[in-house]
Amino acid sequence: MSDIRAYELDSPTTGEAGFGDFIALLKPRVMSLVVFTALVGLLVAPSPVHPFVAFASVLFISLGAGASGALNMWWDADIDAVMRRTAKRPIPAGRVAPGEALGLGLALSGISVVMLGLAANLFAAGLLAFTIFFYAVIYSMWLKRSTPQNIVIGGAAGAFPPMIGWACATGGVSIESILMFALIFMWTPPHFWSLALFMKDDYSNADVPMLTVTHGRKATRAHILVYTIALVPVALATGFTSIGGPVYLAVSAVLNAGFLVGAWAIWRRDEETAQADKYAVEKKVFRFSLYYLFLHFAALLIEAVLHANGFGGW
Amino acid sequence: MSFRPDHELHRRRLGRNVGLGVVLAAFVALVFGLTVVKITDGGQMQGYDHVVQPALVPQGEGQ
Repeated sequence: MSDIRAYELDSPTTGEAGFGDFIALLKPRVMSLVVFTALVGLLVAPSPVHPFVAFASVLFISLGAGASGALNMWWDADIDAVMRRTAKRPIPAGRVAPGEALGLGLALSGISVVMLGLAANLFAAGLLAFTIFFYAVIYSMWLKRSTPQNIVIGGAAGAFPPMIGWACATGGVSIESILMFALIFMWTPPHFWSLALFMKDDYSNADVPMLTVTHGRKATRAHILVYTIALVPVALATGFTSIGGPVYLAVSAVLNAGFLVGAWAIWRRDEETAQADKYAVEKKVFRFSLYYLFLHFAALLIEAVLHANGFGGW
Repeated sequence: MSFRPDHELHRRRLGRNVGLGVVLAAFVALVFGLTVVKITDGGQMQGYDHVVQPALVPQGEGQ
């Protein structure tokens, strides 16, 4: 009997996890953005890809993103437990043991990289491996807890999927894929900082050096405005490349105007005003930023369809 | 004689096993599909390195 008891205490599994808990470790909401941007990157590329290979490639890219999500949850379980937004994640809630998340993350990382190499090409697989390493090690283990610029540099991890999609089709990198990368890279800071403004207790409770905690909320508001201004030329420049066109440029102009107006409104507000309306503007800009990114990539997709039918482009 | 209803733990375990089974079956189907596509789409490539092999290109082509 005592042997069995000892085994139970040392068991690396909780025995409590449902299948859905393992899916939750992969951060399905983040994966949906990865699927979409990687798919657009692949479809707008000049080289045609067999539909089944395209499907498999996007699946393995999103699996790689899910793997890095599991590794992130394994590493960040301690701070997830003290943040309201993340306290119900499988590890802090006690449904999944940390070792299970680590095992799942490592196994899926290997599977996704090897399978992408076989389905598409080695360059795309290498880029996926670097992305997983960047998110799990550079961002989660190093930058997140050491610098308030964590999400500026860490945002690169979320920016790679369209570049990987493009690489699946072309086997390389070009100005178009770099601009798609830059669009997400520049979009990430204002997107996350507007979230940090209204989730204000979470990051300070967890001792994460978010800009709102280290430099104050006024500085964060200024940073949102500056990064949004820097984002505009990147977003518009994509419109003048081979994957852009009048439709993309028109959509981008409207969205950038909207984002600039929102960032300007955030910059002008002080804490008292924001608290009085429960951060209504910050929440609105955060929601808008989600549409901003989605619609930019949707416009690229529309341009690709138009190009294929002899319309669009310059 | 009647069976006792399953404990909640058993239902969760069943869900986990069925989920894993479905994932594995889907993976096998995916690899099979990829193999078929690679073979039928391969043309003048050799499967192990996905690179066009000059030796396989018929004489006169690509001149």
